Amino acid sequence: MKERLRIGNGQGFWGDSVQTPIRMLREGPLDYLTMDYLAEVTMSILQKQKNRDAARGYATDFVRFIDEVLPEIIEKKVRIIANAGGVNTEACRGRIFDAARKRGLSKLKIGTVSGDDILGRLDELKAAGVEFRHMDTGEGLFDEEREILAANVYLPTEGMVRALDEGADIVVTGRCTDPGLVLAPLMHEYGWSTPDQLALGTVAGHILECGAQSTGGNFTRWWEVPDMAHIGYPIAEVGPEGELIITKHEGTGGMVTVDTVAEQLVYEMGNPKQFLTPDCVVDFTSIKLAQDGPDRVRVSGVRGDVRTPYLKVSISYLAGYKATGQIVLSGPNALEKARLCASAVWERLEMVGCRFEDRQEEFLGIGQVHRGIVGPVENAPEVVLRLGVKDSSREMVNRFGMEIAPLVTSGPPGVTGFAGGRPKAQEIVAYWPALIPRELIKAEVSVEEVGA
Amino acid sequence: MKEIYLGEIAHARSGDKGDGSNVGVLAGNREVYDLLLEELSIERVREHFSEICHGAVERFELPNLLALNFLLHDSLGGGGTESIITDAQGKTHAQAMLQMKMQVPDDFELLYPMGPPKS
Repeated sequence: MKERLRIGNGQGFWGDSVQTPIRMLREGPLDYLTMDYLAEVTMSILQKQKNRDAARGYATDFVRFIDEVLPEIIEKKVRIIANAGGVNTEACRGRIFDAARKRGLSKLKIGTVSGDDILGRLDELKAAGVEFRHMDTGEGLFDEEREILAANVYLPTEGMVRALDEGADIVVTGRCTDPGLVLAPLMHEYGWSTPDQLALGTVAGHILECGAQSTGGNFTRWWEVPDMAHIGYPIAEVGPEGELIITKHEGTGGMVTVDTVAEQLVYEMGNPKQFLTPDCVVDFTSIKLAQDGPDRVRVSGVRGDVRTPYLKVSISYLAGYKATGQIVLSGPNALEKARLCASAVWERLEMVGCRFEDRQEEFLGIGQVHRGIVGPVENAPEVVLRLGVKDSSREMVNRFGMEIAPLVTSGPPGVTGFAGGRPKAQEIVAYWPALIPRELIKAEVSVEEVGA
Repeated sequence: MKEIYLGEIAHARSGDKGDGSNVGVLAGNREVYDLLLEELSIERVREHFSEICHGAVERFELPNLLALNFLLHDSLGGGGTESIITDAQGKTHAQAMLQMKMQVPDDFELLYPMGPPKS
């Protein structure tokens, strides 16, 4: 058994820096590199890609990364765990195998974890009596006709652990919890299984899951953060008895202090006593933080409880269309001119019969996002007017997009910054969180070695 | 008494939570935490965010981290992907919270400047 494991995060979300996972491999020692690609909206995008082309539906960034660093991963024996499989773990593995064959590598083992995608099982589950009641509103999913785009269960971490037990060098999973990516190697290497152990691994994962947000990114006192450009991503240094240190590679920018870690702990938090995962229930009021040298924070005292009998399902469905457009107003009375532009747009749309289910006007630069707390600045030298609409009619939302550019010539003077063409209607993907009895979901794990 | 900004004695982070946001406020020390338990009431926070938050406000205590966690329901214009407002994820709500003004005794120690030191 290793005396201590170094588990890093190289990707906080799909869209995060593509250079970071490469830096994580090269800038210091690591045993495991975890990468998170799946936001809720990502699942519906990937599902759509797969509907159009059965070979797609996974995180392509991940395959490009693996292709670039494959020899280094093997040489340094860094195992990779990523939820890059999206809704097509098999295709993702296939592309990594292609990359390995191209380099003549034959010893690489890749594990996939799936079974989270229940879009094709909804009828069967409905027949079995699962109502998918909305966790906030209590409504049943099938009470109304809906165009469902994706449905994925947050799988427990055991599936990833099984893939590691069977020797996978790279684990590609579908929907799992973000902290599970970090918990999995701890369960695999140290056999952690008690609620307190699972809770500690989950807390480590929560601190790591948003990448640089625990190492100085998004930190309140940003001016104290050194070398932001070269910010290091977080690493959990964990011992078998539950010693946990949050740190980063030596020589990188950013900082790891009790304050940067504490800010990440409260990020996206609900009831701190009931942090629910498919693996355990964590009590965040038990966590103790202490500085343990420069860029080292010790995490201790973490208490957990046994998991609930349910798993969370994230269902996405089509909820109409939206578009936003913006222009810049400059010169004297910029705000007044922006208000005139907004009312002209709405009036011109009403003249052709366009009324929207929801519409918004924002005046950025005068204290908009902190309205009621600062501003409004009445004499701002320039103002960004941002208009948005929402409606079930795609055509009407597109019609809105045609009314922004005309302001350049048919509005007040000093209008600029209209670029990028007419705003187009975008599908609104809405979320439906629900619970499902655990026994109805079975993770499928498969580990394969690259063939010649 | 003197008037200060919350940001001079605490730090904070916010993010989205369904159709609302969460704002975690971290007190700079135990004395500040005790003050915030009194001063940073649900009513006070609801009033501060009156034009942003249109639903209920919930508060949770984390004495271990000297933190208070607030949930601001219905504060994102429909939430995450459904919203058409700029801050659809409540990313800026922590910065909004820290601009709250409060009255403290004249000798109450301020811990943080509200920005980088001026040269």
